[in-house]
Amino acid sequence: MSDTHAAQAVTDVPDARLYGLAAEFDEVEALEAAADAAREAGYQAMDAYTPYPVEGLDERLGVRPTRLGWIVLIAGIVGALLGFFMQWYANVLFYPLNIGGKPLNSWPNFIVITFEITVLLSAFTAGLYMIGRNGLPRLYHPIFNAPNFSAASRDRFFLCIETRDAQFDRAATLNFLEAQQPIRVSEVER
Amino acid sequence: MTVRTGNVSETQRVIGRGQTSGKIDDVVNTPVLVGPAKTPLWWWIGLMISLGFLSMYLISIVVLITTGTGVWGNNIPVAWGMPIINFVWWIGIGHAGTLISAALLLFRQPWRTSINRFAEAMTIFAVVNAGLYPILHLGRPWVFYWLLPYPNTHGLFPQFRSPLDWDLFAIGTYASVSVLFWYIGLIPDLATLRDRSNSKFQQFLYAILSLGWNGSARAWQRYQRAYLLLAAISFPLVLSVHSTIAMDFAVSQLPGWNNTVMPPYFVAGAVFAGFAMVLILAIPLRKAFGLEKLITMRHLDNSAKLMLATGMIVVYGYLVELFDAWYSGVEFERFMAYNRVLGADHWWAFWLLIACNFVAIQPLWLRSVRQNPMALFIISIIVSIGMWLERFVIISITLTKDFLPSSWGDYVTTFWDWALYLGTFGLFATLFLLFIRLLPSIATAEMKELVHHDAHHVSDPFEQIRLDHYGKEARP
Repeated sequence: MSDTHAAQAVTDVPDARLYGLAAEFDEVEALEAAADAAREAGYQAMDAYTPYPVEGLDERLGVRPTRLGWIVLIAGIVGALLGFFMQWYANVLFYPLNIGGKPLNSWPNFIVITFEITVLLSAFTAGLYMIGRNGLPRLYHPIFNAPNFSAASRDRFFLCIETRDAQFDRAATLNFLEAQQPIRVSEVER
Repeated sequence: MTVRTGNVSETQRVIGRGQTSGKIDDVVNTPVLVGPAKTPLWWWIGLMISLGFLSMYLISIVVLITTGTGVWGNNIPVAWGMPIINFVWWIGIGHAGTLISAALLLFRQPWRTSINRFAEAMTIFAVVNAGLYPILHLGRPWVFYWLLPYPNTHGLFPQFRSPLDWDLFAIGTYASVSVLFWYIGLIPDLATLRDRSNSKFQQFLYAILSLGWNGSARAWQRYQRAYLLLAAISFPLVLSVHSTIAMDFAVSQLPGWNNTVMPPYFVAGAVFAGFAMVLILAIPLRKAFGLEKLITMRHLDNSAKLMLATGMIVVYGYLVELFDAWYSGVEFERFMAYNRVLGADHWWAFWLLIACNFVAIQPLWLRSVRQNPMALFIISIIVSIGMWLERFVIISITLTKDFLPSSWGDYVTTFWDWALYLGTFGLFATLFLLFIRLLPSIATAEMKELVHHDAHHVSDPFEQIRLDHYGKEARP
């Protein structure tokens, strides 16, 4: 995809309609350098958009580590307890029945189902928590208004500094981003 | 030790030379995004044949349900027969997909990346086929939900101590977690398809399916953690599923089944059959879509090595079964072993099994065979037949002659047994053809990460070791 496909950057977005300023890079190293510079310059409300996961980019942008792992651990423990309880309840309290002379709480027999329910609950927690916390499904996001943003899923890298940042200043931020040698800087309409 | 040079290290590459993110997109997504008029002819022909077999599948199910399980050959004493043989066969095939996507991710094997997507699809479609078999085998498939623990007017719970109920939980969890894992992996690629769409319909379809993914660093952070955890969760899951199926046999007291070797040996057999199916699908797929630079000789070679390794574990399992039968000193076990190897009825099945699963894989020790797609394709088909025979031998030979000669009997399959079995191929092939037409058969986001990594580092730890030892001149 070459630049000829890209729409010209919109430059007359009123302040109230402005979501942020987006710089487009064609090399991941340039994006990483820009992210470092933006963080050093004190910007916080920003995000980068890349076609594939870039290792360490979240740290460069100052994104806190996700809590997903802990949530999944809790879900797994809850799953294990629920799975075992279901079988224990059915066999010991609800309908005690002598099967082959086994004790009512014949726990080794309950391990497989306990394990499967642990897996089921923790896997779906991991998947659904990721989707939910990422705000998906989402029908509209302002970043898609950035010119040539469709290349962000192909081979371009975007850094967007948002207007809600305390340091955001339309002219100063524009200058800052242009100093990072992007392909272009464009205004993103909300 | 000599340094291997020339085309050897070229075939070691995980991806061909000169790939870029854009090129990967084009080669993988173009066949998906072209309009119906440009769909290749072989795809339509394949779909027509698959739909033919799928109709046979549906007719077989209608006949089965309207008439009853008497249309099948299984009866006392062989109550399990073809439905369970085919169930175990199909679910085993599924295992390679999860192993590639989960285990090889955890082991940081970069070569998994270009084959994991379609291998996961293969898993799901195989599990669909497998999961329907025990339900149809119930005799009254419409009350299959009695196996689930739900509040009911019978005032009963299912028998949680029975491996048959463990099966339900294992396969149910496996099917749903596989679909989840596959879909999560697809989300960024669906977003790529959305951005490359040629028509409003495609754009709408892929936009909805991709849930509005925008590839932000925050999203990728959670995505990667979730994906890694799903892999870590799926790995023991896949081991548990076939172990549970093995326990359907091992927990019973029948000669030849009641054996502690069953779970690990079944898991190895599942991976063995699964890699055979991966090769059966990958070899035509890379040819048809021109994916030779993404699914390289390295993938075929490694899959063949895994097939050889797990195949030899399975052969060891056969030997242990026979040794155990002798060492147990139990008359019935010893008779079963004799009957399996030399018995008048089914000796051919055992020896054919040895020919398929032991003799046929021996050429895989040779590099030239592992890097010959035609040879691999043929060996993989032989292995698939061998793995079917393995389940046939385990199930029918034990059941035809167990303890009392007065209750011995024979097992003869019927037309509807085979019609249903061949029909499952129709379902599998239909789903697979639709998958390669509508969804990217290679995980493009992961491939782009690999391209980036490959451009800056050596993509393969083993290649790195070789470079450290022999220097650059070892490469052409």
